[in-house]
Amino acid sequence: MKNTLGRVFVYVILGFGATLFSIPFLWTISTALKSAKEYAQDPGRLIPLNPDFSNFAKAWTALPFPTFVWNTILITIVCTVAQVITGSLVAYGFSRFRFKGRDWVFMAMLSTMMLPGQVTQIPVFLIWRELRAIDTFSPLIIPAFFGGGAFNIFLLRQFFLTIPRELDEAAMLDGASYLSIWWRVLLPLSGPAIASVALFSFLGHWDSFEGPLIYLNSPEKYTVSIGLRMFQDTFGTNFEQVMAASLVHILPTVLLFFFAQRYFLKGISLSGLGGR
Amino acid sequence: MVRQGQEPKKIKSLAKHEAVWGWVLVSPWIIGFVVFTLGPMIASFLLSFTKYDLATIKFVGAENYRRILTEDPLFWKSLTNTALYVLITVPLGVAGSLLIALLLNQPVRGQRLFRTLFYLPSLVPAVASALLWQWVFNADNGILNQALAWFGLPNIEWLQDERYTLSAFVLMSLWGIGGQRMVIFLAGLQGIPESYYEAATLDGAGSLAKFRHITIPSLSPVILFNVVLGLIGAFQIFTSAYIMTAGGPNNASLFYSLYLFRNAFEYFKLGKASALAWILFAILLVFTLIQFRLSKKWVHYEGSTDRGGSGA
Repeated sequence: MKNTLGRVFVYVILGFGATLFSIPFLWTISTALKSAKEYAQDPGRLIPLNPDFSNFAKAWTALPFPTFVWNTILITIVCTVAQVITGSLVAYGFSRFRFKGRDWVFMAMLSTMMLPGQVTQIPVFLIWRELRAIDTFSPLIIPAFFGGGAFNIFLLRQFFLTIPRELDEAAMLDGASYLSIWWRVLLPLSGPAIASVALFSFLGHWDSFEGPLIYLNSPEKYTVSIGLRMFQDTFGTNFEQVMAASLVHILPTVLLFFFAQRYFLKGISLSGLGGR
Repeated sequence: MVRQGQEPKKIKSLAKHEAVWGWVLVSPWIIGFVVFTLGPMIASFLLSFTKYDLATIKFVGAENYRRILTEDPLFWKSLTNTALYVLITVPLGVAGSLLIALLLNQPVRGQRLFRTLFYLPSLVPAVASALLWQWVFNADNGILNQALAWFGLPNIEWLQDERYTLSAFVLMSLWGIGGQRMVIFLAGLQGIPESYYEAATLDGAGSLAKFRHITIPSLSPVILFNVVLGLIGAFQIFTSAYIMTAGGPNNASLFYSLYLFRNAFEYFKLGKASALAWILFAILLVFTLIQFRLSKKWVHYEGSTDRGGSGA
């Protein structure tokens, strides 16, 4: 009896919460599908009377959105691939090799998670300025080639530690080199961890605002987030168009999540981030 | 090549071979750390004692710090705004994401659907999310005011009335509690051995007792992790304020990072901005150390699971 009541309670709270969390989304979609006229008449209506897709076309052509999307795809994909490859190499070093100072370096790496980016932001900007790389993608892309940050490396290392070393040793007896053990033994067995790291990395770069804001000046180099900001400046009061443009920004992340989510929770829990 | 040596020598050189490879493999991180973190940290510290506007540089001693702390009302304003925001959103956010994780950890139908629905908001890119919430908070026809009107409550100018702006940002931050933090809690919950709960049931413990004496202690390292990183993250709130209010009205949403950004990349007061960055760093460091100190009283680590240094 008590149990049934408890379960009903759980469902009620979950249902209520999920609804509340979905509302901004649903209205975003609904608003994006309203014509300016309908929006002006009844902005609160959830289901548009005459769904109108023209906002997407307007958003797409009003600014060079295809260019923004292409720029963002380019940056995001290069960075994600770079982070997965270099991050897993570094994690391989931390998880499988004994060398003096390793644990010290590892601790130093973990402590960088607590460092606010603002402390390094200005000198890093000055370096890129010195290299004449302002208004290029270099400042946004090149840093991804150095392991992709403490959290990613940590996650991959924890995952590698769960893979039995006997597999490495067997491969080594067969004459495999260190790099081929990484490529042929560890990576194929690390699907969930790689999916998690790739997802975080993708979201991080797709999302990124402050970096592009600092480094990119010419509109033909803008990313979607900067483009959206520009869109807001130009069409700020046309909410139905701003929402349509925002959906263009949101959609890829949601799609990717649906593809990756099978692996994703597994990647985190098996990595021992669960505190055990 | 290395493997061709004599027996004892071979073991030694193998170990050396391994060590060399270890360093080579972690070198990308080390190089990145030196070039993009350690070097810039030192440079930023030195810059904080100068007056620098990209054209001329002048050593001014501790003048930046003195001015910021004694003559800069906007520094104090932004610090107060940010501190308030952090002190409200971090406890609320951690408790909220723990609650969702606890609920999702129950054997409920449609668990995956619920998980996805709670996670989705955190997938929304920061700029899109800011635009979306700007519209939710819109005074004339945003859905929040429409919902208030439903209950017969008056319209609120969320983003134009400085009494409400901070609350608006707090509300907005709660939308993200189903994200990464919740997933980490969920992973932690799923790592607690079922046998603990079974044993407690045999001892006649109720749900509340189990929660207090098993769930919380087992989860305490994860809670600490989420609180520490949540605090550091919340202290750096930037994009939403930049997009939605540009710090206004009357600086009611001028957060620390926004103020720092302006000094650095709009006014190009790079010395002052560096000093601001180091003050931020010092504040976060103190907060983090306090939390680690306090954590000795309430965080339990399982004795035998130290994976810290065991690569062998």
